[in-house]
Amino acid sequence: MLDLNSDKSIYIQIAEIIENEILLGNLKEEDQAPSTNQFAKVYQINPATARKGLNILVDEGILYKKRGLGMFVAEGARKKIIKKRQLSFFKEILPEVIMEANRLEITLDELIDYIKELKGGE
Amino acid sequence: MLEIINLNKSYGKNKVLTDINLKIQENKIYGLLGRNGVGKTTLLSLISNQLLRSSGEIKLDGEEIFENSKAMEDICLVKDLPESLKERKVKDILALAGIMYKNWDEEYKNYLIKEFNLNVKKKLMKLSTGNKTILGLIIGLASRSRITIFDEQTLGLDAAMRYKFYNLLLEDFENNPRTIIISTHLIDEVANLFEEVIILNDERIALKDEVSVLKEKSYFLAGQEDLINRVIKAKRVIYKDKFGSKSIVGIYGDLTEDERNYIRTNNIEISNIPLQKLFVYLTENTVKGEFSNGFN
Repeated sequence: MLDLNSDKSIYIQIAEIIENEILLGNLKEEDQAPSTNQFAKVYQINPATARKGLNILVDEGILYKKRGLGMFVAEGARKKIIKKRQLSFFKEILPEVIMEANRLEITLDELIDYIKELKGGE
Repeated sequence: MLEIINLNKSYGKNKVLTDINLKIQENKIYGLLGRNGVGKTTLLSLISNQLLRSSGEIKLDGEEIFENSKAMEDICLVKDLPESLKERKVKDILALAGIMYKNWDEEYKNYLIKEFNLNVKKKLMKLSTGNKTILGLIIGLASRSRITIFDEQTLGLDAAMRYKFYNLLLEDFENNPRTIIISTHLIDEVANLFEEVIILNDERIALKDEVSVLKEKSYFLAGQEDLINRVIKAKRVIYKDKFGSKSIVGIYGDLTEDERNYIRTNNIEISNIPLQKLFVYLTENTVKGEFSNGFN
């Protein structure tokens, strides 16, 4: 869902919504992505903002344009997203977690044990 | 394109607008924001030639709009309907509007009347405040004018009706692109409807930018004052406050990679300013001279 009060820009949220749909398998390769108009209408946002979000994904090769038809999920889109998200996971999310663990005086071993425990309990 | 060059407006000795320079492009939705009495209506009335300017130029496609009836067919300003029409029936007022605007769409007008459930047989004076507003909205939408201006047209409308208007506007905008200018104080509701936002403050244009980049250009910085001061020296500071030993500063402008690194290495917290707050800061004179206004 779009969070209009988030400090994240709307067009980035638009791009993420589509990425998530692809990650979850709801949108498959060669499927048509929601159009600018659909985004504008459903979320009540300016179509140019929606277009900007979709164009980010075009630039990244996750979507591609078919003239007059709209935007479609590109081949290998899911892999690209996974790669991108992994990068941000290791470079942004994980360092945050480790920093917070340091502040809370959690040792690396404790952290690793806890992660293993969590994973094992799945 | 609509171009405003060095526009000035005074009412007697009272200066309202000073050196306004603006370029309004085709097929974009603009939001005009500013506090009450800042001159939004004055500016919009000047653009639509319903008020005499003190000095400056206003051009549509390079041609001065003053005493230019051709330009006037392309500009529709929706504001409160004049008192002189109060005895007229709604359908007669709509018929009149149909003559005035060259892109008027009669079929679309009928569709809107149904959508808003407006009784066109009533006299204007018999309409509720909300229905008067709706009549204005219908005229603005059905005019399909190249430049359509809605000046604070939400009076008496409940949330459901306002959202209906936003929906209809977006829907029709896709099929019939045109330039829309909306002035409003309900920033929350409409901020994401706009492609660009223009903020009027203290007689001048305080800001004109794409809504989608606003969030990426405005930051809160929190940390030790002397460390922060080094980053904000050359920045536009829009908010300043203290929290314990920390200094909290809101800035507007791009950060260089060097500045970002400095912020990171000096443990300065950084976060984006939500649109709402940004607008409030930019329309309040918080950081004029001394940082006296400690609201929030």
